[in-house]
Amino acid sequence: MPTLLSKKYALIAIILVAILIPLLSTNEYYLHILTLSFIWIIAVYGLNLLAGFTGYLSLAHAGFFGIGAYALGLLTVKGGMSFWPAFFLAPVITTVIGFFIGLVALRTKEHFFAIYTLCVGYIIYLVIDKWEGLTGGVRGLIGIPGPTNIGPIELTSANARYYFVLTVLLLVVFLIYRIVNSLVGRSFIAIRNDEQLAQSIGISTLKNKLMSFVLSTFFAGLAGALYASFIRFIGPDISNINITFDLLIFMIVGGIGTLSGPVIGTLLIVVLSQQLQFLQDHRMLIFGPLLTSIIIFSPRGLAGMYLTWYYKRKAKKKAQIQTDNASIGGDS
Amino acid sequence: MFLEAKNLSKHFGGLHAVKEVDFSVEKGKINAIIGPNGAGKSTFFNVITGLHRPSSGQVIFKGDDISKLPPNKIALLGIARTFQTTNLFEQATVFENVVVGHRLRTKSNLFDAIFRTKRTKQEEEKCKEKALEVLHFVGLAHAAERMVGSISQEEKKRIAFALALATDPEIVFLDEPTAGVNPDETEELAQLMQKMVQKGITVCLIEHKMQMIMKLADKIMVLNYGEKIAEGTPDEINNNEEVIKAYLGGSASA
Repeated sequence: MPTLLSKKYALIAIILVAILIPLLSTNEYYLHILTLSFIWIIAVYGLNLLAGFTGYLSLAHAGFFGIGAYALGLLTVKGGMSFWPAFFLAPVITTVIGFFIGLVALRTKEHFFAIYTLCVGYIIYLVIDKWEGLTGGVRGLIGIPGPTNIGPIELTSANARYYFVLTVLLLVVFLIYRIVNSLVGRSFIAIRNDEQLAQSIGISTLKNKLMSFVLSTFFAGLAGALYASFIRFIGPDISNINITFDLLIFMIVGGIGTLSGPVIGTLLIVVLSQQLQFLQDHRMLIFGPLLTSIIIFSPRGLAGMYLTWYYKRKAKKKAQIQTDNASIGGDS
Repeated sequence: MFLEAKNLSKHFGGLHAVKEVDFSVEKGKINAIIGPNGAGKSTFFNVITGLHRPSSGQVIFKGDDISKLPPNKIALLGIARTFQTTNLFEQATVFENVVVGHRLRTKSNLFDAIFRTKRTKQEEEKCKEKALEVLHFVGLAHAAERMVGSISQEEKKRIAFALALATDPEIVFLDEPTAGVNPDETEELAQLMQKMVQKGITVCLIEHKMQMIMKLADKIMVLNYGEKIAEGTPDEINNNEEVIKAYLGGSASA
């Protein structure tokens, strides 16, 4: 019980810090970077649900991120829609496209699935890049509106936008927490561990895999829509495969298949790359070995490393209690 | 008839893994399938439990043809199975791994999960109770809170049993349930199978350990090169010319 309580306090403390940051620091640049990181975290959560909890590594994630961003951009800039309806429609559009792609993609497994989705991601990038009539091609979309005020709630200042993205992020974490800790989440995890076994204990693997895939595209689309409304300008590069690999690195460093991994990995890598900016492209000399050693020594990332340590300690304590009890029993 | 394979065949390209096998599982008994390596035993199991579609023939369960159903639908009907190797979530406890076994008897969907409805709470409770019950049944209640990564081979076999039992089956198919465990543990697992039968669950297993099978099984079918070469009680099988030939190779006249 005390561990549960301390977990709760730690969570509240982290949220409090996140709330206090804009009040303590007046550095707009850092606030901008932090807001952007939160958006990436949302996308990483989507990837983690599918790759980490269901065992299907999709490399089309940036593609869906791009679809979400362009959906918002096109609906507002070209469609003349106001921000809020477009903001709710963009993830829905991404989800619908994700559903149909998932239907086909999930006929493949393991590395074939990764390769297939890699191609899908690249095709999405090409469509955005080449379909100039719709997307504006390499020139991108300019003048995307940011979130407009909701009644008395002002959403135009940098601080307000930070809080807006933070709220969405907290909501996403909450949703993922609920999903992962439910019977639905248990079905996903069973599929990840052994798909044949999962099916033989009566889990409809097709339905659950599709659900996980569609959910992951929903979070990618949501993150994309947030990105478009935050940066206000989007180009085809946001759906590029490089972004997928960035997200993948965030997830692996933080901890694949863990709840806190996306937050830890994304913040760590973003902060590191900011601090190491003077090294320019030589930064990769640091990231490369870091990534490799994490994959070798802690396949479940930093969060996984902590969890392993935590459970080992708990098991040791339990064993200690048992031997203590045994010795007491021996004395009497 | 409880569960019956009628003229069942499965071929992969030119390879006839299972060839026109007729077999009926007797209710409330321990049924065994034996045969040399590569005789098609596992394939036969896979066809019955829906992992492979039969090339021809039928599988009849309580009067219904189930040969075209996917494995999850077959499990829903009350047919459970184990595999030779069971991949579990190593970083979770034994208990956590078994909870999902009762998932097929629940209806909670994504909506329930997100809003944590009353239904999902009740069903989660039901799954957890079931997990404790089956862990108790297979004799793993003491290890429920241990990490799967730190338990023995024999205990993993028991988890596989527990998962299969958590689906509320009427019949369980066990694919080499005692492979890779020592003789004492084999004896204990055999007792566990008898306990299942006492509880009213029909058992059908593949095994290589002859001594154990001869003691345990009520009925044995022998497969060789995909074909049924004998069927009967342990005594009948023991004295069957064809079986001895298949196992010792060549003529059995020596």
